[in-house]
Amino acid sequence: MIEPTIYELSSPGRIGVRFPEPDVPPAELPASLLREELPLPELAEMDVIRHFTRLSQKNYCIDYGLYPLGSCTMKYNPKINEEAARIPGFAWTHPLQPIETVQGNLALMYELQEYIKEIGGFAAVSLQPAAGAQGEFTGVMIIRAYHKSRGDEKRTKMLIPDSAHGTNPATSAMSGYEVVSLPTDSRGNVDLAALRTVADDTVAGLMLTNPNTLGLFDENVCDVAGIIHECGGLVYGDGANMNALLGIAKPGELGIDVMHFNLHKTFSTPHGGGGPGSGPVGVGEQLVDFLPGPIVTVLEEGDDEVAPLFGLSMPKKTIGRVKSFHGQFGMLVRAYTYITMHGPDGLRKISEYAVLNANYLLARLGGKYHLPYKRLCMHEFVVEGVWPDAPDIHALDVAKRLMDYDFHPPTNYFPLIVHEALMIEPTETENKQTLDKFAEVLVKIAEEAHTQPELLKNAPHNTPVGRMDEVKAAKELVLCCWLPETPA
Amino acid sequence: MFIPHSPKETEEMLQAVGVKSLEGLFEAVPKTFRFPKLNLPPGLTEMEVVEHLQEMADANESVRELACFLGAGAYHHYVPAAVDSLLRRGEFYTAYTPYQPEISQGTLQSIFEYQSLIVGLTGMDVSNASHYDGATAAAEAAVMAYHHFRGKRTRFILAPSVNPQYREVLRTYMNGYEGLEVSGDEGAPLHSLEELEPLIDMNTAMVLIQYPDFFGRVSDFSNFAAKVHQAGALLAVSANPTALALLKSPGAMGADIVVGEGQPLGIPLSFGGPYLGFFAVKKDFVRKIAGRLVGETVDAEGRRGFVLTLTAREQHIRREKATSNICTNQGLLALAATIYVSLLGKNGLRQVAELCYHKSHYAAERIGSIPGYELVHQGGFFHEFVVKCPQNVEDINAHLLDHGILGGYDLGRDYPQLKDHMLIAVTEMNSKDEIDYLCETLEELSHD
Repeated sequence: MIEPTIYELSSPGRIGVRFPEPDVPPAELPASLLREELPLPELAEMDVIRHFTRLSQKNYCIDYGLYPLGSCTMKYNPKINEEAARIPGFAWTHPLQPIETVQGNLALMYELQEYIKEIGGFAAVSLQPAAGAQGEFTGVMIIRAYHKSRGDEKRTKMLIPDSAHGTNPATSAMSGYEVVSLPTDSRGNVDLAALRTVADDTVAGLMLTNPNTLGLFDENVCDVAGIIHECGGLVYGDGANMNALLGIAKPGELGIDVMHFNLHKTFSTPHGGGGPGSGPVGVGEQLVDFLPGPIVTVLEEGDDEVAPLFGLSMPKKTIGRVKSFHGQFGMLVRAYTYITMHGPDGLRKISEYAVLNANYLLARLGGKYHLPYKRLCMHEFVVEGVWPDAPDIHALDVAKRLMDYDFHPPTNYFPLIVHEALMIEPTETENKQTLDKFAEVLVKIAEEAHTQPELLKNAPHNTPVGRMDEVKAAKELVLCCWLPETPA
Repeated sequence: MFIPHSPKETEEMLQAVGVKSLEGLFEAVPKTFRFPKLNLPPGLTEMEVVEHLQEMADANESVRELACFLGAGAYHHYVPAAVDSLLRRGEFYTAYTPYQPEISQGTLQSIFEYQSLIVGLTGMDVSNASHYDGATAAAEAAVMAYHHFRGKRTRFILAPSVNPQYREVLRTYMNGYEGLEVSGDEGAPLHSLEELEPLIDMNTAMVLIQYPDFFGRVSDFSNFAAKVHQAGALLAVSANPTALALLKSPGAMGADIVVGEGQPLGIPLSFGGPYLGFFAVKKDFVRKIAGRLVGETVDAEGRRGFVLTLTAREQHIRREKATSNICTNQGLLALAATIYVSLLGKNGLRQVAELCYHKSHYAAERIGSIPGYELVHQGGFFHEFVVKCPQNVEDINAHLLDHGILGGYDLGRDYPQLKDHMLIAVTEMNSKDEIDYLCETLEELSHD
């Protein structure tokens, strides 16, 4: 069923919410500045409720089933997180209130800074960045500021392994760096020989995702960091895959100098249909002063009777603000709740089971999909969605066919270094039955690819709409309920 | 709790993988650094964590208890119950970026509707799917202008009456580009836009102004827009969406880019985030816009549907040549704004804007008549205004807080010239009684 748009549902004169009449004498409106047309819809409350309820039912979501998008960590989002962020004492505080009136918020942020420091092995953390990509930008700008502060102006290059997320090179370019791509060796690690040939005093740093996007832990991580440090560069850690490392290893101890965390991946804050995320950044000792602020500090120590007084402060050589106010506070409350409920043992268990689930699923595929790097994986793995004896079938077809079996497809065509990649991350919150079923379906699709390829080519068959005409969308560019210059 | 495995299942799974224990899964991690101790408090049950969080929240004072006259970029508005009721649907908040359109039409169509509402409010042609907040949207406008001129125009002019945090974030963003000049905001904060005109030259990429400006002032900037365009530069306007329900749209006055903070559209104050950056442009810039865009199309059977489009601009395809590194944005907050604006509609949003207008004007008149307090505005304003105070704003606010009032913003924090100046915001949430109480409390103070 096609759901009309809110503009198509609109009926002039309908009202969804009433507000009180003014209780003050009306002021004169500025006649010359009033707008004549306001192209907004007119609906009653139930119209709106039904419209968005119907729309919601066209979405696949974690609350419904397995969502194994590699690199996105689509784990279960505990309901208590949602309650926590909506506690009125948190949800209805203004960001510019005097600090004496928001000590609860500041205490929560302070503790979260401390927890992330401990989990990552860092000396300080800023909660300001709004998402992973902004955390990356923050990290790279910190690296830039660090070199500049030392008068080291010749470093113009950022080294990025070819398996990296697209945000890494995009961020480096935004931050004024020339991107140098590094190859991956036959075991799926950064190619050390290639690294040695480019590591010189023009290198500002290296951006490392570990485990990398192949789902493999870089076995040479300490050597990689050593080579970069030796040439005077710094190592940036992309924390997108931190769900594999909680209590397993501290990136700060592995030689990472600065790293972002994705609270919406590792720490269960919901993905929200594409955000909000939250991307706190942790740094080692030498970079503490460059963090974006404000960060929460203790202004007056407390004791057994009196709570400490928390305040906000800007680090001495800060790269500046990267967003308004203090970060995605509502997301911080959710992540804090999650960490507090898990404690050290619970956190380690998350990563252990995330890695177990991925390896179990891989084992259950029984070699029906080509695995380019044959090792134990971490929290995710990448296989090829293509077979030499089924030449018409591509990873995209496998992905679309999965929908017919009521599963969300994995990430496809990424990482770019794997041909027809299917990148699968089940997360620790999936049970064995779901993994068994998913594996069976993947194996069945591999068979169908050979016996009934048209089933895959025309998939999906059971969804609200079929494959969309993306060329038409890009060519005609209808981006709004009406066309430019013809308001509804 | 959230990990469902029974001991038996764990055993079976380990066996299938071919390792003896969970520890055995991690041999690729250097032994010296494997399994570090995490020095964190032991985990709490849900029951305990609820109590713990409530205690923390109780250490705050919220605008539920305080009469709030604080704005300066975040505004206290009424959020109808239906907004959160819909936002709490797992189908929305536990989905991700709609990469698979066949099973994401709910998210895609709601973004398409969001784009339409933003286009309608701003008077522009195209809106993207959102940025992190008003400040980063303003910074991305500068990035877009930089690329529009291929880096050949290097001057970026910021009106001093643009939110100080937005200017700061824009500067952080532009720091990665060599040889740029970001200026214009050193002058007297309360001067009119005309003062900026001499700075605009053929090397100017973009001029950023705010509407209503940081001090709440509104005026028709059509002539100023013409001056900016004469120099071939782009005019970016950071706008308050509530005001746009009442006042002429920035698009109608010549803006090329309109950005702003979407928080007033149904998003709780939440100590500053998560909020919503909106970003809209004239159609000539559609291919230069950053972030995600949803477009209408059809499936093989001709059924209408929506997809992410023009993705070739984005980081996952273009990598270092992308128009921005943005990936995750503020999807759920864009949905909140869409539901809020749909519910209030044309009449409701206008009504809220008028309530803000009438109440703030009432408050301004009353405060202006208190001895020692002086209204600084000459022209019109929307729902925020500047008052020169007889003493230090911090002291006044401390006194107000003792009486349960959250006073206005201390402009001296950002503008040394505006020491003892307070920025007061009034919305539909402030009753006449509350405003009168504010005035009485201020009067009482001036008698002390």
